Amino acid sequence: MSHATSFIALFCAHVAMGFRRWSTYRLATAAGAFTNSVFGLIKAYITIGAIGAAGGSLAGYDAATGATYAWLVQALIAPVNIFGWQELALRIRSGDVAVDLARPVDPQLAYLAADLGRAAYSFIPRGAPPLLVGAAVTGLTLPTSPLPYVLGAISVWLAVMLSFACQWLVNLAAFWLLDLRGVRTLYMAVSSVLSGMMVPVHWFPGWLSTVAAWTPGPSLIQAPIDVVTARADGVDALAIMGTQAVWLVAMLAVGQLVFLAGTRKLVVQGG
Amino acid sequence: MSMAIAVAHADSATDAIIDVRSLSRRFTVRSPGGRLRRTKKTVDAVDALTFSMQRGAAIGYIGANGAGKSTTIKMITGILVPSSGSVVTCGLDPVRQRKRLARRIGVVFGQRTQLWWDLPLRESYRTLAAIHRLPGDSWVARRDELIDRLDLASFVDTPVRQLSLGQRIRGEIAAALLHSPELLILDEPTIGLDVLSKERLRVFLAEQRALHGTSLLLTTHDMDDVQRLTERLVVVDHGQMIYDGDLPGLVHRVGAERVMVLDFAAPTPPLEDVPGTRLVHSEPDGMRQRLSFVPGHTTAGAVLASVSARGEVRDLSIEEPDIEDVVRRLYLSTEPYRQ
Repeated sequence: MSHATSFIALFCAHVAMGFRRWSTYRLATAAGAFTNSVFGLIKAYITIGAIGAAGGSLAGYDAATGATYAWLVQALIAPVNIFGWQELALRIRSGDVAVDLARPVDPQLAYLAADLGRAAYSFIPRGAPPLLVGAAVTGLTLPTSPLPYVLGAISVWLAVMLSFACQWLVNLAAFWLLDLRGVRTLYMAVSSVLSGMMVPVHWFPGWLSTVAAWTPGPSLIQAPIDVVTARADGVDALAIMGTQAVWLVAMLAVGQLVFLAGTRKLVVQGG
Repeated sequence: MSMAIAVAHADSATDAIIDVRSLSRRFTVRSPGGRLRRTKKTVDAVDALTFSMQRGAAIGYIGANGAGKSTTIKMITGILVPSSGSVVTCGLDPVRQRKRLARRIGVVFGQRTQLWWDLPLRESYRTLAAIHRLPGDSWVARRDELIDRLDLASFVDTPVRQLSLGQRIRGEIAAALLHSPELLILDEPTIGLDVLSKERLRVFLAEQRALHGTSLLLTTHDMDDVQRLTERLVVVDHGQMIYDGDLPGLVHRVGAERVMVLDFAAPTPPLEDVPGTRLVHSEPDGMRQRLSFVPGHTTAGAVLASVSARGEVRDLSIEEPDIEDVVRRLYLSTEPYRQ
């Protein structure tokens, strides 16, 4: 077996493993989909209200496209994993990371592949219910040509991987800190605003737009939604995806360096 | 390092699967003292450890809790960076070549799991086969051999979280052996297992060594493991090696006593003055008496000869020293042993 095929086999095995691990939690999936849908109702009507108060249009969103934005956010919460994960941090704290290090595979690559499997699993069961509720309650305004969906799909996967890369760094703080609650809460508060999860980034005041533009935040939620709704199309869509890709490579690289630094100071005590 | 030393090191590394030289690892332990200040204390978890393990050998690496066993293993496997000294495993630098090394060794940390909690063993093995880049179908035969020999068939499709400890440990051992490593490192593999599970695991490990020539480094608190699976003992205490040799040598060094139990044909007076022995116990009628003696000071033959002069011996048995007692004596001896 050549190096390339064995690498692909390794990557796919982790994707499949991630998919199967998450698919064992059916009840949690159903509960999550229900929650996303209920909050979608609230957010859609708040968004429609805000647009109405602004005179029927706000930064290019009317009531229908504003509601669509809110529903798409709800559909992306689980696949993009905007609320984060802490498995690696817990493994660093307990010392189980020693097992990850005793394997002939780069841990970041293995976790990334498994996370793609998780996202692939959550895509339909967590993404479809909010969109169906949205279509039934407020209606959705979506493009009629296929291209935005193709580009949108790529943009969503870039967002999934970028979110992973950011969370990887948050988890790595466990090498230096005993309790990650502060770091995680801070990350969640900042990222849920800057990603466009609360309101579209296009609604931000000038200074906040500038801040957001210098972070990977908008690449997580705003970017894939702009591409899939064709708010950005053609060259604009490609530029957005290029920005996502640059952030992805940068964050993964920083993650590699920080992980290396962490293992140098790692102390796995007992057992 | 001078050229000559470097060459000598490389030479001995060719037939040694593990080569540890002056290996040390220091930890800084901070403890709160006063309002703002913290006191720092350094602990030498491993202190100038030197030993070498031949390919195909089996070493029992023992020591009390906190003696530095696990720290040593983490440095041998490249998980922990040494403070000073060197370690060569399978001819590789464990920290710099960690991934390459990981393909050639199998490690079981008895208190950690390398299986995926939410998945059955079968799925874990599939992922591990991909991680080790085992070609196509050849690993399936190996997996089936392990499933058969470790008797995993009845629970190989059950999620790991639902397995009993004994089942999980067997699953862990199979996971560590799936890629047929040349060196198997087991960190307290039998901890928490019942007598029967321990025994089955020992039989399996002995069989794997005989079949595949796997080298074995075993840390344990279970002296039966050591007796059954290894031919050499390395004992550490406070990070320093205090013994390196075989079990009889250890027994001899701590002066542990053997006990001769004598059954006489007729009542015999207490044997209080047999040269080189101590009377441990005599039953009231003197029909059964127990003499302890230190091997090296006298021999069982000499004791029997002088006892036979006192009365007709009908039967005798010799009780070997309890190995746990031997190791306890070793820990208690304060002077570190240097070869």
